[in-house]
Amino acid sequence: MKIRELKELLSAELMTDDTTLLDGEVFNACCSDMMSDVLAFVKDQGVLLTGLVNEQVVRTASMMDMVCIVFVRDKTPTPDMIRLAEDCDIVVMKSAYRAYEACGKLYTSGLVAREHHN
Amino acid sequence: MAENIVFHFDVDGEDFSSAGGASVTVKKKLRQLGIAPEYIRRVSIAMYEGEINMVIHANGGSADVIVSDDEIKIVLTDTGPGIPDVSLAMQEGYSTARDSIRSLGFGAGMGLPNMKKYTDTMEIDTELGRGTTITMTVKIA
Ligand SMILES: Nc1ncnc2c1ncn2[C@@H]1O[C@H](COP(=O)(O)OP(=O)(O)OP(=O)(O)O)[C@@H](O)[C@H]1O
Ligand SMILES: [Mg+2]
Repeated sequence: MKIRELKELLSAELMTDDTTLLDGEVFNACCSDMMSDVLAFVKDQGVLLTGLVNEQVVRTASMMDMVCIVFVRDKTPTPDMIRLAEDCDIVVMKSAYRAYEACGKLYTSGLVAREHHN
Repeated sequence: MAENIVFHFDVDGEDFSSAGGASVTVKKKLRQLGIAPEYIRRVSIAMYEGEINMVIHANGGSADVIVSDDEIKIVLTDTGPGIPDVSLAMQEGYSTARDSIRSLGFGAGMGLPNMKKYTDTMEIDTELGRGTTITMTVKIA
């Protein structure tokens, strides 16, 4: 799924500045507010959906080589978080949907996470 | 590479917002060295978990990353409380983190198991009241 399509599906607002990154693909998704749960399974070209707002969310996504972060329930990332994400070429957006609904929308649209064991 | 390349960081235990920053820097440095992405990911995830642990459980410490021809070694040293029962701490889901830590997104009890999973060797040297040193290696050849 293209990041652009994911943005439409979640009626999300783009927070980072590089719109060319919206042409990137996501193949996997992960939804959690616990960062070590996210770190447990590597998912190539993943998107992280979370309701947690702090810099560790961005650093976690960066460690995992994730390409996109969606903050659900209209949680708003800080300018420092956005700067950090831009520096790591990670697309950040926020959506009014709750985590459960956001995941449901992506899943039924074909974004079915596949685990890749190291 | 003729000589080992060493990166050293002091990890601040007072400022949670900066926690994980050293691992982000290491990831960049390893990319500049041309290390394969798969190895970089494993090193940086393992270091990140250890770095966060030093901040939330041990009031900070230091991190050294040593890149040699055939492996990357990560040494994390703190002077925190030590780990009373290492085999218990290594179990998935075991955590002593308080709710204040859980609300920051940590305390699932997955950090040490993740560190073990992503590295080729991991040793924990810990003494109650004195601190903990964790040494991990990832083979790159
Ligand atoms: N450097 C350390 N100093 C003292 N205790 C530690 C240290 N690292 C880990 N521990 C202890 O081991 C337990 C398990 O650590 P682990 O990283 O697996 O989980 P966690 O940090 O509690 O949660 P998570 O890593 O999932 O966010 C911790 O809750 C803590 O009690
Ligand atoms: Mg931990």
